[in-house]
Amino acid sequence: MLGSFDFDVIRRSLPYLFVDGMTFTLTLTALSALGGLVFGTLIALMRLSGFKLLGRIAGLYVDFMRSLPLVLVIFWFYFLVPYIGQWLTGASRPISVGAFASSLITFIMFEAAYFSEIMRAGIQSISRGQPAAASALGLTYAQSMRYVVLPQAFRNMLPVLLTQTIVLFQDTSLVYVLSIPDFLGAASKVAQRDGRLVEMYLFAAVVYFTISCLASFGVRRLQARIAIVR
Amino acid sequence: MIELRHVNKWYGPTFQVLKDCTTSVAKGEVVVVCGPSGSGKSTLIKCVNALEPIQGGEIILDGIKVNDPKTDLPKLRARVGMVFQHFELFPHLRIVDNLCLAQEKVLGRKHDEAVAKGMKLLDRVGLKEHAKKYPAELSGGQQQRVAIARALAMDPVAMLFDEPTSALDPEMISEVLDVMVDLAREGMTMMVVTHEMGFASKVAHRVIFMDQGEIVEDALKADFFGKPRSDRAQKFLSKILQH
Repeated sequence: MLGSFDFDVIRRSLPYLFVDGMTFTLTLTALSALGGLVFGTLIALMRLSGFKLLGRIAGLYVDFMRSLPLVLVIFWFYFLVPYIGQWLTGASRPISVGAFASSLITFIMFEAAYFSEIMRAGIQSISRGQPAAASALGLTYAQSMRYVVLPQAFRNMLPVLLTQTIVLFQDTSLVYVLSIPDFLGAASKVAQRDGRLVEMYLFAAVVYFTISCLASFGVRRLQARIAIVR
Repeated sequence: MIELRHVNKWYGPTFQVLKDCTTSVAKGEVVVVCGPSGSGKSTLIKCVNALEPIQGGEIILDGIKVNDPKTDLPKLRARVGMVFQHFELFPHLRIVDNLCLAQEKVLGRKHDEAVAKGMKLLDRVGLKEHAKKYPAELSGGQQQRVAIARALAMDPVAMLFDEPTSALDPEMISEVLDVMVDLAREGMTMMVVTHEMGFASKVAHRVIFMDQGEIVEDALKADFFGKPRSDRAQKFLSKILQH
């Protein structure tokens, strides 16, 4: 049965799969993780700020994002972002932002909700004596966060943040609904063009599996290393 | 130097932790605050640099009203050192960086200047050779001495100690108390919450005894140890001096 498979299709499409597809996937993952982390930290700080209204808004945002399937958010955002852009700039027509920008914004907003919960747990894991000691030395709230609390929170949360980023790496494949040639999208295109569905999807699975496994292994190694330093 | 007038504080709407507390610490004076656990002594000292807000009365620190919304609290806190029960060194920073952080970020000192000051103080508490280590590599007693050095690096006008030895193993208590005794003898203004009556009898000028949120006794050291007026203070003393 294996004889009817043509694994050479993989070799032939390797440049397209990796140079185009994987580059897009990794770029989207890295930028989304970075943006999600910054935005997520802001949301976490809002939730912990003690200002009731700010906390409420941030809480609603997180609950809202976490209650929607990611595919739906990607889809809706793709259609909504041009109109939001039009509304914000007062342009006469919907502003076309392109599939990449749209999916990047979606992932940043979506991941921020998850990252913010991780950051919140990280910040809360720092004993209250630490910011108290920072205040007693004369540091302002912002300085105490920046130099004392957040560096420790990041360190505690790094393994979880990276694990979430691995999940994000897999989730970026959902941009196929916008027919963007990310790694899976590229594989899918080749598969349909050449009629080699089984081979291409099998190969895609192996690649995602290998990268995710290696990354998880790296996270565990890192976890062991920072555990010793502390 | 430190003035507390009719200080009242509540946790929640009903539980009053501080009841009409009035006392003062003069420049160069060492005042020990003692009392049973839950008496409000730690809360009282944390009110002095506004780590805990108060709901009534006023606190004046070096001529500045602490509980005035217009007061620049970070600036005020930078001028009083505080030492905590659990040391609260910053675990992600080396010892020397623990001493430099606030000097640079709050006082705006140059890095070299802050390091020089920090090393001088580390030398003073006998820990110069540990400068490059992380807090977790030091014993509790050493960490607390670093914490004292960190507070002194800010050139404080007064020092607040919140049970500085109660989280320490017995054999480490004296190394911390020795540093505090030296500091007291140099004329540092100190307010010390502690159960170490040996320290109190050695260097304190006055002893404040608190119970259930009230200042029950505020007396000169000799009077307090000689003949405490209140029953509560007598009972407390007989309990902790028994052993």
